[in-house]
Order: sequence, then C-alpha cells, then structure tokens
Amino acid sequence: MNIYKREMRTKLVSAAIWSASVFGIVILFMSVFSAFTQSTDMIDMIMQNYPEELLQAFGMSGVDIGSVAGYFSMCLLFVQLTLAVQSSIYGFSVLSEEERDMTADFLLTRPVTRTKVYFSKILASLTAMVITWAATWGSTFFNIEVFSGNKEYDPAIFVKMMAVIILFQLFFFSTGLVISVILKKIRGVLAYAMSLAFGMYMISSIGSIIREETLGYLTPFKYFEPNSLIIKGRYEPVMLIICCSVIVAAMVSSYILYIRRNIHAAS
Amino acid sequence: MNVIEINNLTKYYGRNKGIEDVTLSVREGEIFGFIGPNGAGKSTTIRLLLSLIYPTSGSATIFGRDCIRFGHEIRNDIGYLPSEVFYYDKMKVKDLLKYSASFFKGDHSARMKELADIMELDLNRRIDELSYGNKKKVGIVQGLLHEPRLIMLDEPTSGLDPLMQNKFFNLILEENKKGATVFFSSHILAEVQKMCNRVAIIRDGHIVKTEDIATLRKDTYKKVYVRTDKKAGDPSKYPGVSNVEIVDGEIRFLYKGDINQLLALVTKNAVLDLNIVEPDLEEVFMHYYQ
Repeated sequence: MNIYKREMRTKLVSAAIWSASVFGIVILFMSVFSAFTQSTDMIDMIMQNYPEELLQAFGMSGVDIGSVAGYFSMCLLFVQLTLAVQSSIYGFSVLSEEERDMTADFLLTRPVTRTKVYFSKILASLTAMVITWAATWGSTFFNIEVFSGNKEYDPAIFVKMMAVIILFQLFFFSTGLVISVILKKIRGVLAYAMSLAFGMYMISSIGSIIREETLGYLTPFKYFEPNSLIIKGRYEPVMLIICCSVIVAAMVSSYILYIRRNIHAAS
Repeated sequence: MNVIEINNLTKYYGRNKGIEDVTLSVREGEIFGFIGPNGAGKSTTIRLLLSLIYPTSGSATIFGRDCIRFGHEIRNDIGYLPSEVFYYDKMKVKDLLKYSASFFKGDHSARMKELADIMELDLNRRIDELSYGNKKKVGIVQGLLHEPRLIMLDEPTSGLDPLMQNKFFNLILEENKKGATVFFSSHILAEVQKMCNRVAIIRDGHIVKTEDIATLRKDTYKKVYVRTDKKAGDPSKYPGVSNVEIVDGEIRFLYKGDINQLLALVTKNAVLDLNIVEPDLEEVFMHYYQ
C-alpha cells in the first residue's frame, strides 16, 4: 500500500492536468458547434473541395459532420491523441523511472517482492487513467448537453464511443510498458511516448489514405474509429479482440520481464 | 552459524564477466571485509545477494535461506548502504526515512531520530537540497534505522569527511557489538584493516584469498628498508624477496620467510640503517594483484 500511495501523490496531479486538457479540447470544439452548423452549406462546399483522401486521413469521410455525433467525432480524434500521449507516458515511465533516477536500488532493497512493486505501480497508473477516462465521459456529456442546441442526438452512440476509451488507453499503456522493460534504459520518456502515440495515428491515417485495411489492424486509432461506430452502430469484433489480446499479452510479458530484470548499478 | 553463504556464484553481463565461481561464507557476528580494486566484482556480489540482479549460475543463502526465493523476507533484516546514494529528490528527508521505515515491521521513529542526531542530519531538508555527504548520511540512517541483523556496506565512506567517517565506524562497531554481522566492501585498505576480522580479496571476478586479517598481515610479509655503505646489488634474486625498489640509495622490499635468513642477507654489507616493519595491507594486497 505504501508504494501505491507514494505513486498516487504524483499521479493524482498528473491525472488532474490531463483531465483538464481533455475538458479544454472538448469545450473548445463543442463551443463553436452551433456556429459551425449554421454555416453547414458553406462547410459542405468547402469539404467537397477537399480531396477524399484528406478527409479520410482525418476520419471525416462518410459521416455528416453537421450532426452532433459526426461533429464530435472530429473532436474525439484530438481527445484520443491526448489520451494516447498520457497513457504512453505512464507506460514508458512507471517501471523505468526508478531505474533512471537511480532510486530502484533503494526501493528494491526494501523487504518487498518485485510482484508487489509491479502491481502497486501498475495499479497507481490505472487509477490515474480511470480518473482521466471518467473526466472524458464527463467532459463529453457535459459539453454536448450544453452546446448541442436544438440538434437531436442519440446518447447510445456516445456511450459506445466512451466505453472503449479505457481499452484505447490500456493499449498505449501496456505497449509502452512492455517496450520499457525490453529496453535496457529509457532516457527521454516523452520522446518515446510521442512517437508511439503519433506513430500509431500516422499508421491509421496512411492506412485510410491508401485504403490498405490491414494497416488498420495495427493501430487502436482504427480499432475505435468513431466514424465506423457511427455508421455501423457497433464495434468491430475482430478489432476488439486484437486490442484486448495485445493488452493482455503486453501486460503479462512486461510482468515476467520485470520480475527477472537485472537492476544495474548507477555507475 | 554462517550468515552469508555463497556457493560458486557466477554472473555474466552478456559476454562480460562480473564474477566467476565466487565461494565464501560470513560468520554470524563478524565484520567481514571484501576488498578489491574497482571493477573487481564487489558490487556485483552485493547486488546478487540483494537480488537486484540474478546470477548466471551458483547460489547464495542469507540466514540460511535462498537469497532469491526468500529475498523479500531476508531483506527485513538487512541494512544496505550503497556507494552512491540516490533518493526521491522532491521528498523531505523525514518523509523518505518514514517511507523507508514503512516497509519494515515495527515502529522505528525513535531510532530514526537518534541516528539523525548522531549523524547531524537535518530531517526537514529536501533531498535535492542536500550535499553529497549529507545524502550519504541519509543513506546511513536509512540503512540502520530498522536495526538490521546484517549490514551490507558497499564502499560506504566516499563523500564523508573524516569526522563523520569516524562516527559512522563507531555506529557500525556498536551495531556489531549488539550482534549485527557486517559485510563491508571497500577498496580503501586502511578502513578494512581497522574494522574487519576477516577479509576476502577479490580480483577480476575471482576470490583470490580469504583470511583472518591478523594472519594476512603477520605471517606473510615484512617490509624492509635498508641502507648500506656500498652500492648494493639487486636483492630480488634471493628467495622470499619481492617488490624491490631503490630510492635514493635505500633499498626497499617485501620479504616473506625466515627472519634469520633475512638478517644474514642484509648484513652482508655494513648496514647504515635498517627498518623492518609490518607492511600495510596495501602492499600485501598489491602482491595478490601481480
């Protein structure tokens, strides 16, 4: 419990900042929704002038962006990017930071098992991610309620969008985690986290542009693409299974690797 | 009873040798010195005992229990002071020590205060405001506050001024009198000489010798300084003579063997000055390195 508590002290602040960022993004988008819908005709015209590939790259093709859900799906992309960066940072740093700061010697010479250290740290990160997840739900429903005006929307579709976000977060967290224990040393967490988050997004965009569906199996931006959710009204079962398998495999292997890891001396 | 027992412990870092076939045992209540130059494998051995790293082969037990399988239980009774200390920068000293104590059974706040007083450590400072020496003091308090039965010191005195070193050694000796076993790694021989009952010498990943500190010094070598009236020849051709140096006409060498033969050898010429002293460990030690 003591490790968890210590970990939470910094994680709570971090979760609060990320939650506020998510709220900021959503309010920024949704506050201009009514202005946006009033000029739909013009926007439709502009959109038609864009090449189809570009729209696909931004996940904007095939849905009516004048609808609440369609409009929100653009916003969700930025929320997803934010959460991807946050989760990746947690993943890359939570097990590696004590080694980088050389405090691992201290922690691991206390009478604790590696298993306990592992689970305490993972649990603290999960708590922070769940807090941010909850904040994402809150921000979404609060802002669409306030800013959707007289436009009708189906809350069910938003619930579906929100529900899978934790899987999205876990994907980035567990991937970062497993990479951090495979590598000998992680120097700049932020660089790794950004590369993972934006790399995955790039793969998703490129996949859309060149219409190569197999690329979609690699990236959670495709697993939970809001557009296909809006159009089909359901998740892609294969994508969901792939995502969960990646998470489970990454968590299990990171545990095994961490338990066996050699903690090298400072010098 | 042996507190530490190491059997053919080997650790490779990839292809690089850390230690190879290290076997030694430390008896309950003794202060055991572990000496060798930097990179000889001292820290590797200690890190293996603490299961910070895992052996390539061989095994080790502490308090009779395997140090990997029961590592977390064994560490209840171990106090460890590393050569370089690193703690959470943003914590206050007090909070760090409390955090450390929270891992051990019982209440250790009184002992914590007492140790901090002895080491003159300000508990209200933040870790990142501390000088290297003060961080080291945090390390000492942290290592001793749970009254461990086994104290492992890895080059503990670097960064401490002589006054603090003294206080520190007194603390260790006190703990030892109370029954704690001490495993003391160092490359500074004077410390080891002062503190330890027995020593193991490690070199290039191998234990070269394990011996009582008294035997190591007494039985083995004499340091001889001779000045004669004639220009003397090189004495290294005689049995038992080694490490010959000639400085300003004075011949210095290490001698091992019968003292009478030494005297016969020395008095071949008229002696102007003769000094036969106990060599310090360093010289004995250098001998193992050649």
